[in-house]
Amino acid sequence: MATINETQDELIEEFGLFEDWADKYEYLIDLGKKLSPMNEAFKTEENVIKGCQSKVWLHAEKHGDHIVFFADSEAIIVKGMISMLIRVLSNHTPAEIMQADLYFIDQIGMAQHLAQTRSNGLVAMVKQMKNYAVAFNAMA
Amino acid sequence: MAEKFDIEQVRKDFPILDQQVNGAPLVYFDNAATTQKPQMVIDALNHYYTRDNANIHRGLHTLAERATTGYELTRKKLKDFLNAESTDQIIFTSGTTAGINLVAQTYGRANFSKGDIILVSNLEHHSNIVPWQMIAEEKGAEVQVIPVDEAGILDMKAYVELLDTKRVKFVAVNHVSNAIGTINPIAYIIEQAHRVGAKVLIDGAQSVAHFEIDVQALDIDFLAFSAHKLFGPTGVGVLYGKRALLEAMPPYQGGGEMIKEVSFASTTYNELPYKFEAGTPNIADVYAFGFALDYLKSLPKNAVWEQEKALLDYATEQLMQIDGLRIVGQAPEKIAVVSFVIDGVHPQDIGVLLDKFGVAIRTGHHCAQPLMARYELVGTCRASFAFYNTKSEIDLFVKALKRTITMLS
Repeated sequence: MATINETQDELIEEFGLFEDWADKYEYLIDLGKKLSPMNEAFKTEENVIKGCQSKVWLHAEKHGDHIVFFADSEAIIVKGMISMLIRVLSNHTPAEIMQADLYFIDQIGMAQHLAQTRSNGLVAMVKQMKNYAVAFNAMA
Repeated sequence: MAEKFDIEQVRKDFPILDQQVNGAPLVYFDNAATTQKPQMVIDALNHYYTRDNANIHRGLHTLAERATTGYELTRKKLKDFLNAESTDQIIFTSGTTAGINLVAQTYGRANFSKGDIILVSNLEHHSNIVPWQMIAEEKGAEVQVIPVDEAGILDMKAYVELLDTKRVKFVAVNHVSNAIGTINPIAYIIEQAHRVGAKVLIDGAQSVAHFEIDVQALDIDFLAFSAHKLFGPTGVGVLYGKRALLEAMPPYQGGGEMIKEVSFASTTYNELPYKFEAGTPNIADVYAFGFALDYLKSLPKNAVWEQEKALLDYATEQLMQIDGLRIVGQAPEKIAVVSFVIDGVHPQDIGVLLDKFGVAIRTGHHCAQPLMARYELVGTCRASFAFYNTKSEIDLFVKALKRTITMLS
């Protein structure tokens, strides 16, 4: 199992292959489309993160030592971002997730999606993923 | 006044338009959110802070005199712009929202009582809903809604029926819908409200940039709008009110400027308009706003409307040819705003990708969630035009939109 930073570096390498923004976004959209569908039962009011323009749903479970995340969004580009965040953070221990420094977003040129704090709920989602780690850590 | 509308010259007057965004020429179609500023306005701001800056109305020195004259000159220009009876009825606020809140918190607090109805429409921006809900809750009054039909037209029959309950004390409607562009029949709305003794506030945020408003001819009780949607600076709003109403209203905020005499035993308030302008106002931006009005006046008569109408017709025709695209809001009387949705695509995704093509539009609920709920939409994409936009920009936008849809599907 790759570490959080190894996965981030993989993503940076993958995005490094694209020459223009359109290819990057087509790849991101593709990641969004391929995101494993979230169990509808998890799309509860409790799991929703309301952005001004689109909603994100986030659910977390503890599998052994690791946290597994499930998420979805109404907007496909946000889903692409979610897909990457899950790839980076899911299946790691609470301690690893709590300490994670998510540098890949900036390096692949997608920081704008985290800057639009009100519109898409992504910032709140990252925070919530870390909150789950803190909570599971406290329970352990 | 210029003889002919020269689009090339007009575009040069707005320096911001000439730039690349994400490697493509900027296409700015978010004019309903805020308009761009002509060089005259930018120069005026620079001039004010370089030469004239001082606090107004009290100082005896030359700079204070210049600053005061500049500030009050804009009030005079606004009086002419609106055909108001006097400059005393032009109150500077921080924006449309502040003007509406002022009326709700002063006129509303003094005049609403239990069981009264405050009417808003289903087309309103949140800022013309929430201030009324707040004061209604406080006074035990009720906010009721004028319904809107599928095309985006207010139901005037339902409106008159609501008025005939004889409980309506106040009507607050926008002149133009920010989300879908419908022009509401405010002359009729005002006439009918007055028939039952109700007062009317017109939210003019989306109309002042597009056509002239004569407050006397329309018999408007209150009109609120923002300078930044009228080619002026941000942070300035205008509230017009009928003299008798404004005079009877208690002051809003207390402080300097709004007083006549202060002692710890009692304070007397200043006269109109200063009674409602507590504290040091936004002098520089008010001063510069006057130049935006001058700029508009320098354009040939009807040029703004004709140019925008041509853009609206062209954009509508081009967009209708896109498969799966549906225009939301098809009222025959519309300003140059096209709100649309595309089957199976979230508006946010469209907005993000169009930006990559240098095209600025607005996506989302446009602070009109009750209207989105009416149409069962999470939001729309909204392209809103100003007179400095061109058909070739619409071509760039449509091309980018088609490419965007392909990428997303």
